[in-house]
Amino acid sequence: MLILNCPYCGCYKDETELSAGGEAHLKRFGPGASDAEFEGYLFGRVNPKGVHFERWRCASGCGKWFHAARCTATLEVFGTYKAQTLKPPQAIKDAISAKRPGWTWRDFS
Amino acid sequence: MSTRLASHGRLINRARALSFTFNGKVMSGFEGDSLAASLLANDQMLMGRSFKYHRPRGVLASGGEEPNALINLGVESGFEPNARATTTETFSGLTAASQNHFPSLEFDVGAINSKLSRFLPAGFYYKMFIHPRSFWKHIYEPIIRHSAGLGKAPKARDQDSYEHYYHHCEVMVVGGGIAGLQAAQSAAATGVRVLLVEQTAHWGGRAPVDGVTIDGLAAEDWVAQTLAELAACDNVVIRNRTQGSGVYDHGYALAYERIADHTPGDGRPRHRLWRVRCKQIVTATGAIERPLSFAGNDIPGVMLASAVRDYVVNFAVSPGDRTVVVTNNDDAYRTALCLLEAGLEVPLIVDARPEGGGALMEAVQASGIRVALGRGIAKVKGGKRVTGVQICAQAGEGSVLEEVACDVVAMSGGWSPVVHLWSHCGGKLIWDADQAMFRPDPDQPPLGADGAGFVKVAGLANGHLRSAPVLEDAAEQGRAVGRAAGGKVQKAAVPAAMDAEEVALSPVWLMPQGASYALRSKAWLDFQNDVKVSDVQLAAQEGFESVEHAKRYTTLGMATDQGKLSNINGLAILSKSLNAPIPDVGTTTFRPPYTPISMASLAGEARGELFQPVRKTPMHAWHDSHGADWEPVGGWRRPYAYLRGSETVAQAVEREVINTREKLGFLDASTLGKIIVKGPDAGKFLDMMYTNMMSNLQPGRCRYGLMCSENGFLSDDGVVARIDEQTWLCHTTSGGADRIHAHMEEWLQTEWWDWKVWVVNVTEQLAQVAVVGPNARKLLEKLGGMDVSAERLPFMAWADGTIAGIDCRAYRISFSGELSYEIAVPANQGLVFWEMLMEAGAEFGAMPYGTECLHILRAEKGFIMIGDETDGTVIPQDLGLSWAISKKKDDFLGKRAQQRSFMDNPDRWQLVGLETLDGSVLEDGAYAIAEGSNANGQGNTQGRVTSTYYSPTLGKGIAMGLVHNGPERMGEVIYFTKIGTNPVQAKIVSPVFYDPEGEKANV
Ligand SMILES: [Zn+2]
Repeated sequence: MLILNCPYCGCYKDETELSAGGEAHLKRFGPGASDAEFEGYLFGRVNPKGVHFERWRCASGCGKWFHAARCTATLEVFGTYKAQTLKPPQAIKDAISAKRPGWTWRDFS
Repeated sequence: MSTRLASHGRLINRARALSFTFNGKVMSGFEGDSLAASLLANDQMLMGRSFKYHRPRGVLASGGEEPNALINLGVESGFEPNARATTTETFSGLTAASQNHFPSLEFDVGAINSKLSRFLPAGFYYKMFIHPRSFWKHIYEPIIRHSAGLGKAPKARDQDSYEHYYHHCEVMVVGGGIAGLQAAQSAAATGVRVLLVEQTAHWGGRAPVDGVTIDGLAAEDWVAQTLAELAACDNVVIRNRTQGSGVYDHGYALAYERIADHTPGDGRPRHRLWRVRCKQIVTATGAIERPLSFAGNDIPGVMLASAVRDYVVNFAVSPGDRTVVVTNNDDAYRTALCLLEAGLEVPLIVDARPEGGGALMEAVQASGIRVALGRGIAKVKGGKRVTGVQICAQAGEGSVLEEVACDVVAMSGGWSPVVHLWSHCGGKLIWDADQAMFRPDPDQPPLGADGAGFVKVAGLANGHLRSAPVLEDAAEQGRAVGRAAGGKVQKAAVPAAMDAEEVALSPVWLMPQGASYALRSKAWLDFQNDVKVSDVQLAAQEGFESVEHAKRYTTLGMATDQGKLSNINGLAILSKSLNAPIPDVGTTTFRPPYTPISMASLAGEARGELFQPVRKTPMHAWHDSHGADWEPVGGWRRPYAYLRGSETVAQAVEREVINTREKLGFLDASTLGKIIVKGPDAGKFLDMMYTNMMSNLQPGRCRYGLMCSENGFLSDDGVVARIDEQTWLCHTTSGGADRIHAHMEEWLQTEWWDWKVWVVNVTEQLAQVAVVGPNARKLLEKLGGMDVSAERLPFMAWADGTIAGIDCRAYRISFSGELSYEIAVPANQGLVFWEMLMEAGAEFGAMPYGTECLHILRAEKGFIMIGDETDGTVIPQDLGLSWAISKKKDDFLGKRAQQRSFMDNPDRWQLVGLETLDGSVLEDGAYAIAEGSNANGQGNTQGRVTSTYYSPTLGKGIAMGLVHNGPERMGEVIYFTKIGTNPVQAKIVSPVFYDPEGEKANV
């Protein structure tokens, strides 16, 4: 059972206190988007072995959504950060680079 | 025979005799006994029957690895099957019964299977029962159900209580042998909080049995001293009878405490599940002795050598008078020495090693016991009890050299470290060829959240078989976890342990090495699931080369002992059959729990009323005392109907419908979700949430709204009221409030976080009552306090005011088609308000009505219900709700999805009303039959029933359904399925059966 640090509460939460929300940093495509764009937005999720960015909600805590950067293979957590951002903070990216040099994920590296 | 000895018995209290029964027979034991020890003391070696062949089985081991001695414990509400006699403590009044036999343990007709064993090879089920299919249901399954299975499922409700306990610490040490004690002490010395758990009632593990000395003390004394020191530490929690059962991600662990198994009825919870979160874990879980594979190794009286000496030393129980020891290592000689000391006979030691052993062997020989080197057991003789062994050359094929009479065979095939907890969370193993064992690979530990290992293994479990390195290893691991968990390591001397020198074992996987088929087919690997050497060889021969496939094909290691005794031996046989080295064949995966734990402990307190606490409206108790027939709705209980006198539920529903249509009805609508959405951007936000426009709703007015998922499907509906310039109140479906609130929050937090909107779920702040029927206004006017006239409060308007002195908000909305006010009052006024309505309404014929009446009223009006007309695949356009989808808005959730070709297409199943030609009620979920059949030979369908009721108002069955192009087929008669009988004819009609012009609500 994972533990993640809720960046709002500022403390560690058991996985059972959280709810998982799938891939982070989705870009919404609404009316006017092509079929391919909309399909990619709604259904096209990456499922990497290794570095991954996910949405989590502090469901039994403060109720806020946050993002976690972690390794799906080892379950190592590189960091968590508030969801109100379009990209991972540099400090998170640096933390990943220290452990997984050369990592890439979607457009991030 | 097996019996109680006058000497020995370090764990029993001879001053406290206990009385218990086995299969109805009264027996006696001593305090401190395991049930297996008590049974042996009463000469009850036969303890059960095997799973497949129903062979007589005796106890094999002395701990949690026991495969045979599974028993039914207790009776009725205290009944538990499959308890291991070896891990059950005897108490006064214990009731035990053997299982898996018919009609009796001594005489079992199922044992005929054993005679048929050559017809029941590995994979028998797969081979035999596949064809013909119909045979499975009528012939094979009933037979298998009758003969298969271990124990019986309990029938009565469990009388005991169970609980969960949450524990946080830096270090958890699993195992209370000398390694666990030392590791705990070394970790505690670094200053961190330590939890030490031991699965048995006793501390010290094997060391006190095996004559180890530590720092000049007998192991027993060192254990007592160390335990006292640990108990005195503020930072150490110690628990016996508590098994470290499972290790999970990021330092989560489960421990299973058996608080009151041995003291039933003393008021304490029976089991406690410890949910531990720690930084580091040390598993000092010891090792399990391996059986040897020779013919007849399952006959009662064949036991593990270590178990034989456990029974003698710990419980003063002699398993038999004459014991032949068979071994491939030095450790088993300790059993011979122990038996000699107890005054028992050891006619022969059979050592498969041509050169034999070291100091322990010499000590045995000096006592005059004969040691046969390079020999093996060709076959054990006996039926329900060992009578002797046939000796052969280990290197040969089993030619008998001599026969030796005995009633016990003490076997030892070496030791396997208990690596389960290390492996639970991904720790890898390495094959140690010198010691013929898998042990943890320290370079591949389970990883924690920080990417570093969080489990270490100490002592025997780490592959150290001698006590001096065990303590050194334990001290080192203890210090290491203390340091990793933030403690400060100080220098301390490691206690020096002394035990006898040993020489290396020689791996023996089959005895004799060239055993014939006849011998191999009587050489058991998995005792509980009846898997023999010949079965694994057959699996390999038939191409099941992966260990995971061979396991499933033969069921090796799949019994309740999870192969604790059989895995390595089975793997070695497989490896030899495949001609591949053992590490290449690999091991199967170990999964928690380490041994079976009670289901009730996993449930803990979450039983009965605490399983899911019921949500109650302020009027709940009133409903309960007025005949409510309850229905669960999203965590709430709502009255389905209010039963009066002797009427049936159907009669009550009919009465409520007619009364509401003709006079006055009250519905407790407090469960409706109520969400306040407020802020400068609230209107813009609601325009995204709902398919229709909410920003242009005028304060004081209400509007019915639809919510779709981003995938376009209808998700929720409800009436939205605009309160003021920046405030809206959104009603959701009953039970939908939490979900919709979370849905709104998700979009606000993760997509439009710069929008200024607050969302608050006020569902439980308000009690809400629907006052419905032609007399509704008369009643409210009688109560007085606010103007409820059609002019001041027209249809789809709302107003704040007071009614009979209670502050309220009245909405002119109707889910029934009648004149209707939904009135919200503060929750703490809800009951008073309800009772006042009932009292004042009496003269107008007021009656409360339940959810079924609500459903019928709305169905008669053709109003959809989320969850009936929708199922996650239905879009608003399918339900004739296109009018509620804004054409003006650029965007809303689901808009882009609904533009996809298959959704933007009228060629779909769409909502219609349905009327049976004979007036009967269609079956819920019935399918509309279409011509022809599909590729699977199933009849084609063209629609289905989504809501169906008997309408008291119209005196006939009415239904709504989704029918292919339905709205264009008005008047057409189609057929609907009816289970067990002929299809029913129904006409496609408008879904609005009652008051199509809507005149009754708008008055
Ligand atoms: Zn939080």
